[in-house]
Amino acid sequence: MDDPYKILGVARDASQDAIRKAYRKLAKQHHPDLNPGSAKAEELFKKIAAANGLLSDPDKRAQYDRGEIDAAGQERAQRPSYREHADGASGHRYSQGAQGNWDTGDLGDIFGSMFGAGRRPGGTFRSDGNDERYVLTTEFLEAVNGATRRLTLPDGRILDVKIPAGANEGLVMRLRGQGGAGTNGGTPGDALIEIHVMPHPFFERSGHDIRLTLPISLSEAVLGGPVEVRTPRGPVKMQIPAGSDSGTELRLRGRGVPQSRGHASGDLYATLRVMIGKPDAALSDFVREWKQQDAVNPRGKMESVP
Amino acid sequence: MIGFDVLVTRIDGLEQDDLARWITNNWVRPDVEHGQYVFEDIDIARVHLIYELREDMDVNEAALPVVLSLLDQLYDLRRHLRTVDSAIGEIVSTDVKRALAERIASITRQPGGL
Repeated sequence: MDDPYKILGVARDASQDAIRKAYRKLAKQHHPDLNPGSAKAEELFKKIAAANGLLSDPDKRAQYDRGEIDAAGQERAQRPSYREHADGASGHRYSQGAQGNWDTGDLGDIFGSMFGAGRRPGGTFRSDGNDERYVLTTEFLEAVNGATRRLTLPDGRILDVKIPAGANEGLVMRLRGQGGAGTNGGTPGDALIEIHVMPHPFFERSGHDIRLTLPISLSEAVLGGPVEVRTPRGPVKMQIPAGSDSGTELRLRGRGVPQSRGHASGDLYATLRVMIGKPDAALSDFVREWKQQDAVNPRGKMESVP
Repeated sequence: MIGFDVLVTRIDGLEQDDLARWITNNWVRPDVEHGQYVFEDIDIARVHLIYELREDMDVNEAALPVVLSLLDQLYDLRRHLRTVDSAIGEIVSTDVKRALAERIASITRQPGGL
């Protein structure tokens, strides 16, 4: 079985309450008795129920977290499937019809609409198609640089979606005429595609600027020099001034989000972080013997504040 | 086939009062034999489902009749479609069945289709 945290979509340190909420939300969506036509819902629900069986029990969850038990074999005892009974002859017990049977008028309706013969006059009235909503998840850099993504809709149609450069989280794109079909000459609806941007391991958006923390070595900080910096459009060389402190912010003009309609390109801000590394005998000896010419108390400014 | 008390003990967390109320409300319809309730497999599965609707899916008892009524109509419809399907299957030839399936698929695809 897959990772139960992933199945429920919760973090490894999620509270029991968050797990319960996540399970409830998924159960509403995928309970097989509420989705009798879908084998997929049944498979998915089995996994969801198993993941919940493991994580909803704090003892079992702790055992799993410590690696003492794995996720397999946590399937709940086979629950009786209502759908199996309700779909069969015994389902008549809970039929809504008085005798559990339809009259021929009902059957005629079904046949009529199934074979296109018995359409009612109301059936010719023209109506426009509905708008259909989709969510498209993109990589951080696809949203920054722009990209074309191919979407396969539930009905098998394929849409090429152009994500504009600089697309923000939650941007909704309207593709005219790509939604639900209209009836009797009505115009089709639109497809509304909401962009969801995945976080990046080290880039962060701040409007049109992009920020990152740039680790540098002690010698780079002390001596300065050229350092390669990753930007959304590939690596560039940046000059680090000699004697750069941790926290120094350097700007690369125009290396943020590329320019788009109504927006100049943003900048890239790199915040330096000096990495001293593991204790090094030669370095320790040197620093111990080192006589700083202009000794400055690094906490001097703090001390002047009451 | 099991009795009232056995069913209550079989579902962890289910109270006698709950089940009694569900029967009174006509949400569960067990048979009565010699003055005792007798639950068939479908009744047992339905009690499980109602319990899960309430406990796992946050459907409160005020909304349950609506959910159950829609579910019952859905399963009615599925049984009837199955009847229609098997009736067609018994009467028509394989060629006609294939033509029928293709026609239904094309109606479903075209604008204004199902």
